[in-house]
Amino acid sequence: MTIVESRVGTQGQPRRDDGVGAVLLQVDDLHVQFETSRGAIRAVEGVNFSVDRGEVVAIVGESGSGKSVTALSIMRLLPRLTGRTQGRITFDGRNLLDLPDEEMRKLRGRDISMIFQEPMTSLNPILTIGLQIIEPLTIHLGMNEAQAKARAVELLQLVGIPDAAGRLDQYPHQFSGGMRQRVMIAIGLACNPKLVIADEPTTALDVTIQAQILELMKDLSRKLNIALIIITHNLGVVARYADRVIVMYAARVAEQGPAEAVFHRPRHPYTMGLLRSVPRLDRPRGTKLETIEGLVPNLAHATPGCRFAPRCPFRIDICATEPELQLTDTGGTARCHRHAEIAAGQIAWARSGSEVPNATVLSTQPLLSVRGLTKHFTVRTGFGAKKATVRAVENVNFDIYPGETVGLVGESGCGKTTVGRMILHLETPTDGEITFEGTDLVEASEAQLKAVRRKIQVIFQDPYSSLNPRMTVGQIIGEPLGVYKLAKSRSLADQRVEELLGQVGLRPEMTARYPHQLSGGQRQRVGIARALAMEPSFIVCDEAVSALDVSIQGQIINLLEDLQQRLGLSYLFIAHDLAVVRHISMRVIVMYFGRIMEVADRDALYREALHPYTKVLLDAAPIPDPTIEKSRAPRLIKGELPSHLAPPTGCVFNTRCPMASEECRVTIPVLEEKRPGHFAACIKI
Amino acid sequence: MRGRPSLRLEIKETMLRYTINRVLLMIPTLIGVAVLVFFFLRIVPGDIVEVKLRGDGGTVSQATIEMERKRLGLDRPLITQFGEWMVGMATLDLGKSMWTERPVMQEIAGRLELSLQVAIMATIIAVLIAIPLGTMAALYRDSWIDYLMRIITIGGLSIPSFWLGMLIMLGLLSAFNWLPPISYTPIYVDPVANLTQLIWPALAVGYRYCAVAARMIRSSLLEVLNEDYIRTARAKGVFEKLVITRHALRNALLPAITVIGLEFTFLIGGLVVTEQVFNLNGIGMLFVQSVSRNDFTLIQGMVMLIAAFYVFVNLAVDLLYAVFDPRIRYD
Repeated sequence: MTIVESRVGTQGQPRRDDGVGAVLLQVDDLHVQFETSRGAIRAVEGVNFSVDRGEVVAIVGESGSGKSVTALSIMRLLPRLTGRTQGRITFDGRNLLDLPDEEMRKLRGRDISMIFQEPMTSLNPILTIGLQIIEPLTIHLGMNEAQAKARAVELLQLVGIPDAAGRLDQYPHQFSGGMRQRVMIAIGLACNPKLVIADEPTTALDVTIQAQILELMKDLSRKLNIALIIITHNLGVVARYADRVIVMYAARVAEQGPAEAVFHRPRHPYTMGLLRSVPRLDRPRGTKLETIEGLVPNLAHATPGCRFAPRCPFRIDICATEPELQLTDTGGTARCHRHAEIAAGQIAWARSGSEVPNATVLSTQPLLSVRGLTKHFTVRTGFGAKKATVRAVENVNFDIYPGETVGLVGESGCGKTTVGRMILHLETPTDGEITFEGTDLVEASEAQLKAVRRKIQVIFQDPYSSLNPRMTVGQIIGEPLGVYKLAKSRSLADQRVEELLGQVGLRPEMTARYPHQLSGGQRQRVGIARALAMEPSFIVCDEAVSALDVSIQGQIINLLEDLQQRLGLSYLFIAHDLAVVRHISMRVIVMYFGRIMEVADRDALYREALHPYTKVLLDAAPIPDPTIEKSRAPRLIKGELPSHLAPPTGCVFNTRCPMASEECRVTIPVLEEKRPGHFAACIKI
Repeated sequence: MRGRPSLRLEIKETMLRYTINRVLLMIPTLIGVAVLVFFFLRIVPGDIVEVKLRGDGGTVSQATIEMERKRLGLDRPLITQFGEWMVGMATLDLGKSMWTERPVMQEIAGRLELSLQVAIMATIIAVLIAIPLGTMAALYRDSWIDYLMRIITIGGLSIPSFWLGMLIMLGLLSAFNWLPPISYTPIYVDPVANLTQLIWPALAVGYRYCAVAARMIRSSLLEVLNEDYIRTARAKGVFEKLVITRHALRNALLPAITVIGLEFTFLIGGLVVTEQVFNLNGIGMLFVQSVSRNDFTLIQGMVMLIAAFYVFVNLAVDLLYAVFDPRIRYD
């Protein structure tokens, strides 16, 4: 029933038996269950979908939605001892779940290949790149060494690796993350497969590299008529590259349909909620971020009925029974009892409505002032004693005023985290000064420092590793109270911990829990409460929301904005996600390769970026709207981040800049005020 | 093909430079060992001359003792004695045994051959058994194979080698009414006689050694099998056998190499009791003798020898690491 519907729905035209348009992969009623010490976890429940030849299908969902498990069960790569798979996965007419191991092995890498999320760990560190590409060629296609080598060179050229022949003998650690992911793609494409499954292929990469990799994959898929399943949580990526979208929630398919339909006319409340919680580059900020309240359900103790019901604002009595995937008016399917009402426009998420309180700078006297901040690291480059200097941060100047949020964006290796660490006094600057409330932190004595340090706090990126696993939430938040004697007695301290928990939206009974008992969002709230315990006036948020799911990310950003309003905090918000930075910041600093490229008010920067690097960065980030994305021509930034051991002369961006001229290679541009309050370091403006 | 030969050359050159650096670094290490050994030995109460002359219970006059001390050079200031020893060592002359008066080098050389052979044989036996054993245990984790392996290895760790040696001897005696030869024949003189004598102690100590290595291989292989690159290899459709041997085992052997190296150096001087059981005239036996006789020069010489072995094996382990793991070559 549902399967037939979904097929008709996605196709809408008679099918041919082969070539473009024919079903390549058909997943029917897939169930995957894991036995764990805490009981059985149903990671995938009754998933149905199909993929046509040459089609690009995206599976989106938050962590724990079962999207990666679905992919691995197609490859039959789930752990044997703990995972149990049921259902049918028909690929090219054969049920993969019934195939003997040896037959399945022959399919893997030959007809179906997979590209994984972590390019840094997905290649074998002790084997040459060449061998790793050649392996499937010799195994599946029976090529001899010379043929396979020739094909490997061809593949590396195809995925855009320069000097391909010379690089066959190199090892993975000699490649950058983006280059390794290209190698992974080359391996994936080696035998001309019919289907490539890419599991978060670009999540670990910078935006500019992400754009290069995804354009490449899409191109190759079109050229070679390869079907592509992209698994991602990034709705922008989905909008730009997918023909069809499958939205998963808590082990089930919530909705599926053509990309345009799912994005513009979602028929499941979860999809609707997800789409509105993404901060967007193309929409003016004005209101608070929309969020989906509540948490993703625990798959070990799943309740009957619609999985989304507990978080769904449109929940009615019938939602206590499990809805089927039903055909909707858009030609897709949705697992919602009320999809017709949604289609009729009778149901829509209410705007949270609360305008972002007009955040204002509380004083004209800067709270934090950074002048000529420089950090050089000396590194050994080999066995020899020769040392090289890495200029991680070079002559950085900026001010942050009380009550202000300044965004600091840039790709990995641009020095943004080092700047944050120097402000936190975790790293000693090579040169320059950091003045906080009139005290120079670099020159300050121990006593002065201790007084100031309490006022500067940090929220880290990874809520999993930044909390001590052997301390309870109460101990984690209460510890600074003891160290700085901020509470007079034990009972006052306990009271304060509860108050702090309340401020970050956690219930008091959380004090006795350990970090592993909390969800990612809750942990990040604990991290915020710990920072607030010190009664700071300034918080460095280092990628504070980038490890969180979209719906949770919104909650944390709103919390940070609330706290700023109530407590008069200033933030330095370090992030790589331009849309998030745009949402929260009043001013934005763009860094590249250790230097500031551009500084401007948020609106000025996003409306009219001056520096070519900022333009490139904005351009590379896909917007979650398929209509806009698909009409946009790929304007790709070429090349990769230069090596810190051989920095470019002149402007550091000249090696990748579309406007670079001879002059750029000799002149180091100064950060100048090109428009009132809008600074850029470029001689071409 | 551009750039390839130069890359190879670069690797060779960096490896060579690294090796030379490491060999040079051995000199201060060994000097440190020499200082410690020399002065610690002098702190230990007891005097070789008294042991030598009065050991049998006879009465010897103080004057004779003084004369003997003078003859052996023990009356001179410590620093002079130390300096002389160091100068001697620089020319690979470790002096003479204070007891037998034969050159230390000669004393050691006769025993080293035997000890080294037992150590090498034990290593070969251990590695040959440990790799398949550890691998099987990891691949069939929590199955009867794994449990059997656990029983075998816990036995290896808890049964003392000398006791196992005694069991072997008793077993040979009761089963074949035969005991291995007692006198040592070098392998180049009569390999059969040599092996029939030395294979038993090698087995006795190799068992423990094998247990240590197998457990190490099992745990590191389990860890490696969880790595992303193993999943990549499987996703490529690589034969499962190749996934294990080429992709997993090579990575898993790295930590095992360290353990194997450490155990090997232990075997050179540490087989005291096992040598007694098999009645072998090895380094261990010589060591015990020289300590009980307070034979300073011989003790010093043997400690230096074992220290040098230790440092060399460590270097060999590090170089092996570099051969196995390309990342090491550059940083």
